[in-house]
Amino acid sequence: MGNKQSTFRDDQLDEYQDCTFFTSKEILRLHGRFRDLAPNVVPLDYTNNPDVTLPSSLIITMPELKENPFRYRILETFSEDGEGNLTFYDFVDLFSVLSETAPLDLKIIYAFRIYDFNRDGFLCLEDVEETVHRLTGEELRVEERRLVARRVMEEADLDGDGKLSLIDFQNMISRAPDFISTFHIRI
Amino acid sequence: MACSVDSTLDICQAEQDSECSMEDENDTSSCMDNDFETVEMDFVGHLIKHNWVDEPAEKITLTRKRWSAATQRVLSSMPSRSVEWTGVAAHSSPRVQSQASSNRDIDKDRVPQRKHLLATLQARSVAECARMLRSLPLSLKKKREVRAQFSCERGRQETSTKDSTRSHFPSWLGKRLSGAQQGVQSLLNSVQLWHEALKQVSGRFGTGVLSYFLFLRTLLLYNFILSMITIPFLVLPQVTRPSHGSSNKISFTGLEILTGTGVLTNSLMFYGYYNYTDGWRPGKTEAYIKGTYNIRLAYILTIGIGLFVTCIMLIYSVFKTLGTSSPMSVSHGNLALKVFSSWDFKISKKVYVQQLSENICTHLKVMLCELHSGIPKRRLMTRLIWLVLHCTAWAICLTCIFCCVLGIYRFSHDRKQFSMNLISEGDTHWLILPLLVCGVNHLIPCVFNMLAWMESYDSFNLRIYIAIIRNLFLKVSMLGVLCYHWLDSIAAGKYGTNNECWETFVGQELYRFLLMDFLFSVLDTIFGNFLWSVFTRKILRRKRKPVFDIALNVLELIYGQTLAWLGILFSPLLPTLQIVKLFLLFYLKRASLMMNYQGPLKPWRATQMTTIFISILCFPSFLGATACITYTMWRLKPSATCGPFRTLSSMFLAGKEWRKSLEISNPGLAWVSWIYMLLGNHIFLFIVAGIFLLVIYIHIQVGDGQRRVTTLLQKQIENEVEDKKFLISKLQTLHEQHE
Repeated sequence: MGNKQSTFRDDQLDEYQDCTFFTSKEILRLHGRFRDLAPNVVPLDYTNNPDVTLPSSLIITMPELKENPFRYRILETFSEDGEGNLTFYDFVDLFSVLSETAPLDLKIIYAFRIYDFNRDGFLCLEDVEETVHRLTGEELRVEERRLVARRVMEEADLDGDGKLSLIDFQNMISRAPDFISTFHIRI
Repeated sequence: MACSVDSTLDICQAEQDSECSMEDENDTSSCMDNDFETVEMDFVGHLIKHNWVDEPAEKITLTRKRWSAATQRVLSSMPSRSVEWTGVAAHSSPRVQSQASSNRDIDKDRVPQRKHLLATLQARSVAECARMLRSLPLSLKKKREVRAQFSCERGRQETSTKDSTRSHFPSWLGKRLSGAQQGVQSLLNSVQLWHEALKQVSGRFGTGVLSYFLFLRTLLLYNFILSMITIPFLVLPQVTRPSHGSSNKISFTGLEILTGTGVLTNSLMFYGYYNYTDGWRPGKTEAYIKGTYNIRLAYILTIGIGLFVTCIMLIYSVFKTLGTSSPMSVSHGNLALKVFSSWDFKISKKVYVQQLSENICTHLKVMLCELHSGIPKRRLMTRLIWLVLHCTAWAICLTCIFCCVLGIYRFSHDRKQFSMNLISEGDTHWLILPLLVCGVNHLIPCVFNMLAWMESYDSFNLRIYIAIIRNLFLKVSMLGVLCYHWLDSIAAGKYGTNNECWETFVGQELYRFLLMDFLFSVLDTIFGNFLWSVFTRKILRRKRKPVFDIALNVLELIYGQTLAWLGILFSPLLPTLQIVKLFLLFYLKRASLMMNYQGPLKPWRATQMTTIFISILCFPSFLGATACITYTMWRLKPSATCGPFRTLSSMFLAGKEWRKSLEISNPGLAWVSWIYMLLGNHIFLFIVAGIFLLVIYIHIQVGDGQRRVTTLLQKQIENEVEDKKFLISKLQTLHEQHE
């Protein structure tokens, strides 16, 4: 399997296998998907680790992400520059964390980062409101959203400071065993 | 419903505003005045339990508006505010907030952190390192650097040790083993059957419906492995040495495929064809000609090993799913969990995304409503009526099941009496019993559905569980009465059957049942589902398509698989038939799903349900089938005129025979016969069973203990929260006193 393709060297594939939850076949498939987004820009040969970044507007067009209400936040969380422009490493990292075999702890950390819209390291009331807004679209009125956000804050905020830290979030999510199966994108 | 929700929300909004004003007045000093012993420790719980209208004053919050700078300094330097990844790498590393220039990782203080990380990694083995590296929340680039540094250091360490040969071997072995494991894993991953199709299904219908198709794929795997064991050792040797069957030519009509009689009777499909005429000399029953294939032993061993392997795989998957599902059940109406974990990231079609949005919105509104007004307490009269209704429904269900079972039992006996007279009329009468049973299996669940609709359960999950229990009970009783009929009546020849080969007859029965079940599923899917969806849309005028009933379909799969396992002794090619059936069923169900259904409206707890279904597959289904097969092999006398065991009084005796012949021919292999004697010893089997049960008991107790510890720790967290609030407010008041 390893000597038929020329995209990656064997040691590169080993690296990917050690650092992500994918096998070498899946890595190659991911590379194919990455390349399909912009065949003129992304080279076929990745043995020299070329520094190619795709803009977020292009990655949004993927069918797995197109309709996801959190797609921009996901891209921003995994991108190096924070703007949503992904290199191939970021791309693989994204789908690795969102894969089936990633452990719950890792998913919780990244989910926390995704839901943190103002990127202050905490989920404050505005973050929760924005989450509810993205989830329900325009179905709920502004006051209703605020009410939901306040109730969420009261339920989950254990130290009573008005915002959720990672520990509060972890404590809450660890009671939902289905989080692993819902926070998962098949690629 | 919508109107009442809106009005309640308005009321709540008014209350909210009044409370806010109260909050400003009662600043943190009020905490001091409250008696902490009387305040409920369960901060989250009391908001849900207590009615918000009655006791708003008990709510204790810390408002940040009046905190002094000193308090805020103390708060911001608390470890809980600065811990980034706890428990992930089994150590916590402090993180400096809000000055990180890079989006992903921290730049400050990285060098001591990196050293700490490397030290931890080096203390572990290769496989554990890889696992730990994967679960670090760093970007891929940083992980590569860590890995490069780490392997560099490790390489340096290994070359520097003097006794390098001794330290090399375990690491070499570790590398080979992990490589082998990777190889097996990649092989399993590469055979990703139906990957694209499953993605499409999950994209449109979500995780719940996906779990049905994954279950189907798992069953396919089990049958495949079973076939791989039986075909090379049982079927192929028989193919190479065809037995001298009946010489009269039987014409082939198409009906034989359905009934399994006629041409198929004396074929590879059924038990009767398998024999060892080559090695058998009349009169010299114990002496085997050397070099002939001992088909008796092969029969017992392949079926035994096949079932054993299936058992191991089932128990492994039961334990795996038990491990992932959380033992703590979520109390209903947990709003925060709903907000953060209800979005299914797999759904990708716009229409279904909108539907999911609407569902979540409705749930949130309903939850808010329940939280504000509480669950209405039922009056005594309503409760009584509810109880009576439930008892009636259960009584109707049990009566239905009992009547069906009795009917099937009587019919099967009557059929035996008629069969002798009706043989000349062709073989189609054999199809009546399977037809009846399949009809019962498909129609009675509709009755149960109607009863459940009449009962109108409050909780969605409770309805699912009750439906599963009722249908399971029905199917188990059906299979029970059929097994009794086959093994007791037919095998013992109680009804004077002139079937010379009862095993082939039972095999044919199971073959017919399997095929009839498949035909019914096909017809039900094509006509039933289509007609029902047209009915709901045109006549009942519902806006949405009907919902795919996951539980019922999974139970049907389990029923079919039980039939296949029961039949493997009498018809070795039955698992292969089951593979073909599952394959066709997948495409059929998927097509029907796309055309007629929508995803489940209420959230489907996929993990919990998968555990339940795998457990049902393991315990009643597989265990029952194995028990029947063991009973057949042990107690029942094989028929005298057909099959490989024709001269013995029990199938297990073939093993004894082989042991004796082994002693004569190869004394060197005496240890094999010793092992066999041990296995046949009752006391040894009891001891093994006892040890097995002990291990299971220990695991259950350990799991139970862990659950208790978790609950205690949760309680401790809540107590610590109260302590913290107390201390902070104390700090604040002290500071204010000094100002």
